[in-house]
Parts: sequence; C-alpha cells; structure tokens
Amino acid sequence: MANKYVNLCIAVTGLNANDNPGPGMAVIRSLKECFGDSLRIVGLSYESLEPGIYLREQVNKTYQIPYPTEGTAVLIERLAYINQRENLDLIIPNFDSELFNFIKIAPQLKQMGIATYLPTHQQLALRDKVHLKDFGTKHGFYVPADHKLYTADDLKKAADEFNFPMVIKGKFYEAYVVYTMDQALKAFHQLNAAWGVPVIAQQYIKGNEINIAALGDGKGSNISLVAMRKLYITDKGKAWAGVTIKDDKLTQLANSFAHATNWKGGYEMEIMSNAEGHLYILEINPRFPAWVYLTAAAGQNQPATLAKMAMGEAIEPYTDYQAGKLFVRYSWDHIADIADFQKISAFGEL
Amino acid sequence: MKLKSNIATSENGFIFNPATGDSFSGNNMAAQLLEAMKSGKTDAEIRQEILNRFDVSENQFDRDWDNWMLQLKEANLLEI
Repeated sequence: MANKYVNLCIAVTGLNANDNPGPGMAVIRSLKECFGDSLRIVGLSYESLEPGIYLREQVNKTYQIPYPTEGTAVLIERLAYINQRENLDLIIPNFDSELFNFIKIAPQLKQMGIATYLPTHQQLALRDKVHLKDFGTKHGFYVPADHKLYTADDLKKAADEFNFPMVIKGKFYEAYVVYTMDQALKAFHQLNAAWGVPVIAQQYIKGNEINIAALGDGKGSNISLVAMRKLYITDKGKAWAGVTIKDDKLTQLANSFAHATNWKGGYEMEIMSNAEGHLYILEINPRFPAWVYLTAAAGQNQPATLAKMAMGEAIEPYTDYQAGKLFVRYSWDHIADIADFQKISAFGEL
Repeated sequence: MKLKSNIATSENGFIFNPATGDSFSGNNMAAQLLEAMKSGKTDAEIRQEILNRFDVSENQFDRDWDNWMLQLKEANLLEI
C-alpha cells in the first residue's frame, strides 16, 4: 500500500529555540521522527535570529511572516506566496499570539489545500488567562484567584487580597513571582510594556509544578495526553528538565477539560499540585509546549498524530505511555554564516 | 503497610514514584528491603529473614524497621 504521508510539506512556527523556547523545533523533531526523510519542513519566522532558521538539517526553508498585529490580510497574502513555492500540506502554528489569526484564516487555507487542526475562537477565549478563573469556577476546576490589572493602582487591591508572594503575569507570555510591592510594580510595568493590559495578578500556590501536553479531538475527548513533572526550572519558570509521570488524577483533569471545552488541537495544562493534593490549573496554553518531543519519546507522538488527524485520518486514542522518561534541555552554539543572516533579514527567506 | 504497587525500584536502590516524579536513592540494604516488600513478603517474614542473615538484635531491628517505614511514609511510597 502506498504511504500517503510520503513527501509531506509542513510549515511550522515557533523556531525561537532560546532560553524561553517556542515549541517549533520540538514539533519538527517529532514530525521527522514519524514521517522520515521525505518530510519537507518550512519554517515560518518573525525575527531574523530565531535559531531554527539556521538549523538547515531540521528546517529546509524559512520564510518570514508578518507579525500578528498586522492582521490577517497580509498574513494570507504571504502564505499564498509561500504556498505557490512550497505546496504546503499543513501549517502548525505554535505561538499563542498568532492563533487568533490562524483560526480566522483556516477556511481560506483549506481552500488553498492547506490543512490545520486548531481550536475555535470561542475555545481559545475560554482558557484565556483573563477568563481562566471564571472558567474554573463554572466547571469545578481549582484555579488560583486573580485580579486583572489595568493600572499600577490596581496592584494594591491584589496585594491586599493575596499578600506576598503573588504572581504577576503577562497577557500572553511571561510571569514573575514577586515578594514586595516594588517587585510587583516593576513586573507590572515590564509586562504592560511587552504585552499590554490587562496584566494579571494571581494568587501564589506552593507545590510541585506539573504540565500536561494533550491533543483534543474537538468532540470532547483527548486522543493523547502525557504528564510531566518539572525537575529543573529556569528563572523564567520554564522546564529545563522534566520526567514523565502517570497519575489517574491528572488524566481525569485533562479529560474533564477536553470534555468541558470540546478542545480541538494541541494544548498544555500548567498545574500546581499543592500539599493537599489539589491540582490547581495555573494556565492552559492553546498549543503544544516546547517539551512536546517528550510525548514522542514516551510513546505518544502528539505532533505527528495531529498532522495525521489534520489530514483526515481517524485516530484511536492512545491508552498508555512510559512514565520515567526524562528530558534534559541543553544549549548549543550553532554556527552560521553572516550571509544567511543577511538573506533572511533583507529578503525574508532562507 | 504495603509499598504502592506502581513504585519502580532498581537493584541499586533507586526508587521512582511514577505518579509524582519523586525519586530517591537508597543503599544496598534499602534495595534488599524494597525487593522483599515488592515480592509480597509480610513484615514478619522480612524481619525473620534479616534477623537470620545479619548480626542484629531484635530490638535494634525493630527500631530500624520503624524508622524505615516512617521514611517510606514520608516519601509517600506506601499504600494509604
């Protein structure tokens, strides 16, 4: 039987494999592991120094695309140009901030012959940091209390209620645990400048940090889920090492989330397990995490499964994975030529 | 008290709790005790085996055994 996945061409964003890495390179690694050497990877980048652009053995060709704030018209125009050259089968967006646009243009992409596997705008909004507490209350999930901060004055109310430490979070990315009002003010201004308002103040929950990477089928079930305990955490709160774990309570939590939202696509639940064993949902990221290759290593290759589902294959839910699989991230000085930097900067292609 | 059934142990005394991600290193004696517990032996059988094999008084063994069980409990490795 002919392999329908030979010579696939998949475009991936999130090539920023830096100290706060995007998921792109892990997604690519997972796809390559499943689809082999015939797979062509097209990188979609925003900035000229995203490391993935220069990792030519992983990314065959990269095109810069417009920032999400530029809107969907220029994005679709750019993708049409890329599609003419590459004949894309699928796009996997990996940034929270670009998802709104990609969901909006998904029908046009489909007309162009490009598949996606994305949540709806409504699903995207449900788990937004700004709405997470209300979502948790409605569905009976533990979610830390929060305050939306529009001005620095709003911090006082939050500090009065939560005391210190508390967590100050950006609308899209970044979070700081702060111990004094000075630190809280600094974090507020920094996050406001980077991501705009509201900045979110969240109650601090002490415990073990656990993440779940999952893939929802859009009908209320998970096709795959893999839980990971963070073993080494960077000052940005990112897992630099972690180990897969298996606990029925975590499985139930992710299944309840999929059931409550009918989530379609990859997502990540960030959880804090406190001393009483309550699982607090700190965040739900609407895309695969940067550690998603661990799902492939543990026996459930989520990016490859998403690709197959996006192209119409019916997939049976995974039932098991290996607990005790460890990942340890590392940094590496990749060498490229300045001419490559010039090409991507000047022409938007490499 | 029984060791949780999902706890993974190795011959060299490494203990991994797959539900929490906690891991511990034990010495050679810990490895032997864990193996005995996992094999389904009762506390009394393990006690008798240790007393037969090692030069240890019953009192000393009982104190050490209580301490061992306390450590396992604190590490969340025992069935509740």
